[in-house]
Amino acid sequence: MCGIAGLFTKTPGGQAALGAHVARMLEQLAARGPDSAGVAFYREPAPAGSCKLSLFAEEGCDWDALGTELDEVFESASPPRVHASHAVFVVEADAEQAQGWLGEAHPELRVMSAGTTIEVYKEAGSPHEFVRRFGLEEIAGSHALGHTRMATESRVTTEHSHPFSTGEDLCLVHNGSLSNHNRLRRRLRSEGIRFQTDNDTEVAAGYLTWRLREGASLEQALEGCLEDLDGFYTFAVGTVDGFAVLRDPIACKPAVMAETEDWVAMASEYRAIAVLPGAAGARTWEPEPGRVYSWGATAVS
Amino acid sequence: MAAEQSTDAALTTVDLSSASVRELNQRLHDLEQPARVRVLEPGGRHSIAAGLRAAHDVEIAGHVGYYCAGMNQLATVRIRGNCGVGVAENMMSGTVIVEGSASQSAGATARGGLLVIDGDASARCAISLKGADVVVRGSVGHMSAFMAQRGALVVCGDAGEALGDSLYEAHLYVRGEVRSLGADCIEKELRDEHLAELSGLLERAGLAELEASGFRRYGSERRLYNFHPDNLGSY
Repeated sequence: MCGIAGLFTKTPGGQAALGAHVARMLEQLAARGPDSAGVAFYREPAPAGSCKLSLFAEEGCDWDALGTELDEVFESASPPRVHASHAVFVVEADAEQAQGWLGEAHPELRVMSAGTTIEVYKEAGSPHEFVRRFGLEEIAGSHALGHTRMATESRVTTEHSHPFSTGEDLCLVHNGSLSNHNRLRRRLRSEGIRFQTDNDTEVAAGYLTWRLREGASLEQALEGCLEDLDGFYTFAVGTVDGFAVLRDPIACKPAVMAETEDWVAMASEYRAIAVLPGAAGARTWEPEPGRVYSWGATAVS
Repeated sequence: MAAEQSTDAALTTVDLSSASVRELNQRLHDLEQPARVRVLEPGGRHSIAAGLRAAHDVEIAGHVGYYCAGMNQLATVRIRGNCGVGVAENMMSGTVIVEGSASQSAGATARGGLLVIDGDASARCAISLKGADVVVRGSVGHMSAFMAQRGALVVCGDAGEALGDSLYEAHLYVRGEVRSLGADCIEKELRDEHLAELSGLLERAGLAELEASGFRRYGSERRLYNFHPDNLGSY
């Protein structure tokens, strides 16, 4: 199964309450994905010349010491903002450079997201526990994606959880399963796309990264999914200023969307939207199969 | 349970922000005599008013989740909002009215009764229909009436791709455009008995203002009923 959710806020009040709203949405979707949960928040852009990294340490980490080390290597780094097993750093470097150094100096750490605005938190375990442990209620931001996982294609670990980062400030959550992911992963590896797991969704994420790198717009990259991915999917893709939604051409997996003056939301089930303020009066509809929907400053349609 | 008797003694109100769906449904199942029940704050919850077996009159004040009024017998269930997957799934008798739009598989496998959807229904509406009548004021999505065996699907708007794929003997009536017909589904002549059936359904659905003659009829070409080597490519 799996549950996915997206929320884009249009007001300052909505931005302050973003984490609280996303927490409630995820809890409504907990039954669809009791194995693991994850979120991507878009918030507090790093200053020009700096990047933001979300790091995960399976065995724990002295985040303050890492902050000091980053500060020495890159001459400027923020103190860590710690959320359970994750920490977020803002480093005065470009994201590729900072990730390169981390890969060499700290191979035990995993970069969950990199960019200027995105933060990704995810963990194996109950979504209810996840919401509490990561303090989602307190997190403000402009928009967010969330996921609750019921694994079908690969193991239940934090690394196999969603969202999957698909490049700087880009991430993907998925409800469904892909059947041609092994062949596609081999093809994408030959194009230089890196994968961290054997998960099918990560291949879709890698596919989007590759298409965007080759010059496709987000809409073109998503439309390419209709041709190149074999399987079932409802995708939500987060970008630096919005999010997009795509369902497979036979609409195997559910999706509902709603919009008010204050927000745009998507979810696997309406009950995850019903918890938002003003939901009863929202314009509510089911996205059509095979059509790209998007919101934000760079909306593609 | 948070059920209050209102001033109208026959009307029971149940608020799902305090009562559970299980409590609501148990109460509805336990009522042997027909009752009037109003359900507040449905909040997209699943399985609301499923499995009713008496001629209750149930009104739900908002959007519901999956399988609302599933397996319904005798009861009239009115949903004042949208509904999720599988509304009135396997309905046996009675009437289910959706004032908003319905998600996928509305009326799936329903054996009797009437399902009326005032808005649109998405994919696979009336899939495997087994005798109920489904009237959609708006449009339906792809693969509607897939393998439908008996009963009727009336679409006042448009139908999506592959309407009536692998159809058996259900009657399909569409007023607008059909994007494509599924395997073994063809347009058929709208004869007097069909006009009479369609007029009756439109009237029961509160759409008597629509002329039955403005619809087209689709049905099975009956080439896929039984295995035949010449049809191998279509199986």
